[in-house]
Amino acid sequence: MAIAPQIVTADAGTPPLVSIHDRGLGDVVYRGVILFFALCVPLLVVLVAWEIARAGWPALHRFGFSFLTSSEWNPVKQIFGAAPAIYGTLVSSAIALALAAPLAIGVSVWLSEFSPRSLRQPVAFLVDLLAAIPSVVYGLWGIFVLLPVLRDPVMPFLRDRLGLGHTAFFAGPAYGPSMLAAGLILAIMILPYIASVSREVLLAVPRSQREAALALGATRWEAIWHAVLPHARTGILGGVILGLGRALGETMAVTMVIGNRPEISASLLAPGYTMASLIANEFSEASSDAHLSALMAVGFTLFVITIVVNAAARWLVWRVERGARVSA
Amino acid sequence: MSAGAAASRPSDRQRAVRDRTRRGLARRKVVNGIMLGVLGLCVVLVTLPLVLILAHLLRTGAGALDVAFFTRMPAPVGERGGGMANAIVGTLILVGVAAAVGVPVGVGAGVYVAERRGSWLATTVRFLSDVLNGLPSIVMGIFAWQFLVRPVGHFSALSGGVALGAMMIPMVTRTTEEMVRTVPVSLREAALALGYPRWRTALVVVLRTASAGIVTGALVALARVAGETAPLLFTAFGNQFWSTNVTQPIAALPLQIFTYAISPYDDWHRLAWAGALVLIAIILVLSLIARAATRNRFDASAGA
Repeated sequence: MAIAPQIVTADAGTPPLVSIHDRGLGDVVYRGVILFFALCVPLLVVLVAWEIARAGWPALHRFGFSFLTSSEWNPVKQIFGAAPAIYGTLVSSAIALALAAPLAIGVSVWLSEFSPRSLRQPVAFLVDLLAAIPSVVYGLWGIFVLLPVLRDPVMPFLRDRLGLGHTAFFAGPAYGPSMLAAGLILAIMILPYIASVSREVLLAVPRSQREAALALGATRWEAIWHAVLPHARTGILGGVILGLGRALGETMAVTMVIGNRPEISASLLAPGYTMASLIANEFSEASSDAHLSALMAVGFTLFVITIVVNAAARWLVWRVERGARVSA
Repeated sequence: MSAGAAASRPSDRQRAVRDRTRRGLARRKVVNGIMLGVLGLCVVLVTLPLVLILAHLLRTGAGALDVAFFTRMPAPVGERGGGMANAIVGTLILVGVAAAVGVPVGVGAGVYVAERRGSWLATTVRFLSDVLNGLPSIVMGIFAWQFLVRPVGHFSALSGGVALGAMMIPMVTRTTEEMVRTVPVSLREAALALGYPRWRTALVVVLRTASAGIVTGALVALARVAGETAPLLFTAFGNQFWSTNVTQPIAALPLQIFTYAISPYDDWHRLAWAGALVLIAIILVLSLIARAATRNRFDASAGA
């Protein structure tokens, strides 16, 4: 209750620098200029959507719904079905999420609940540093360090020693470039995004929440599990979905390690394709208009999917932030 | 007496409850310890890839790095030596163009969103800039190709720079908005009360106060786009020769690293590692300058 007036002053406290009363020509110009820049943002979004949709329209129109479901991608015969790329995008992102989400949440819980004060900053900095490494450098490391390691000890170990080769998921020869490699690289790349959102959400959980649980005799882990995590659940989910958005659109590193083969294979050891790597790989070699248009249509599909995923994530995080501000 | 006796000699039932509680507590403490261990393991597993990548990068990259890398042009296949002078300059030019596009639009949009907070247009701009932030870089690449390269008929540094600049816009918008919102109300009121028009208040008081934070945001955004490859594949395209002409294809470090990494030549692989080291160094320097700027700002505001 005591918070309510504060919110009112926070909102009403900033005198608007535009509108109300302009003082002379300068204010009119100023208002016009920042309005123009602000309008650039929606304009850019619409322009991107429009240009890509327009360029991809011939392919979408010609193949219709089968563009999304057909798995034949044959530039020579000019038949284009994006199913292998869509499948690869979803599977590699799913592997990445399955690996990265628990680790990222674990790190943020450790940072917000257990970390000694002196370690908090350095560890958070190291995790954030993962986001500063360019995609192409991840790809470089993937080609020369990760793939050889996967090819020799890791993949044969998973397939033969652990006996996973009997399942369809780990069958077949171990080349190295594979869906598994792409998922691993993506997991490392999206870790910092999930971790930073989770950390902020966890730090926004009121102290009283933890103290109440501890006062009832809960161990520190029980306090986290029963009092802190449920409070932060929505926000963490938002962070995970944000990571998913990153994974879906990630291009260079995936292109360099996934093997780039337009086939759907249940085996994670087999090469695959993602929508982004398909575009990166074939765009400059596309000789026919149909091929170009098909790649643009793939780009448009990717655009739509990432916008939906990101909007969902932003909405969740925004809901938590608003909730935290009201109840803080 | 009887109460004391009852307390010192608990019934079987009481003893059973007490033992169960103790066993339960012991179990709960074990779970607590295990989970603490698991969380610690998470920290190790997350920082491990970073350490592995940076260590390998330093070892391999530093070995391949020499003066020629910064001064020479790429050598033809089979010839030893050669450098990436053109790619380093190309990246700087591309980043310059990106800043020229992304910073003004981002700052303008950020000021608008902060000042008109709550209006439907401000909310829309804010939401769409978040959407733009999540846009895959390859999509921005094919957009720039369709919009800027296809009509002109050839690749150009300008189209690559614009693609990078467009990617900067949402990041700069967001930090500008947050920084402008931290400027105290009293400062604006003072300026307005002195008879300043709103545009001078905005430029001289609000933006100047928020400038350190905005510079930080812009540098962080620059560092992010400096390492982008996907938007440049079909716009800047890359160039084996020296070029500073923004209307022509231009070389860029990330593109060169990509080309060399997927080539079959060992010499080129070495150069790719050296290039990656230089690229990371550029990004880290930009980030560190940005951090320094923020730290000063927060120190100043903490002391005030």
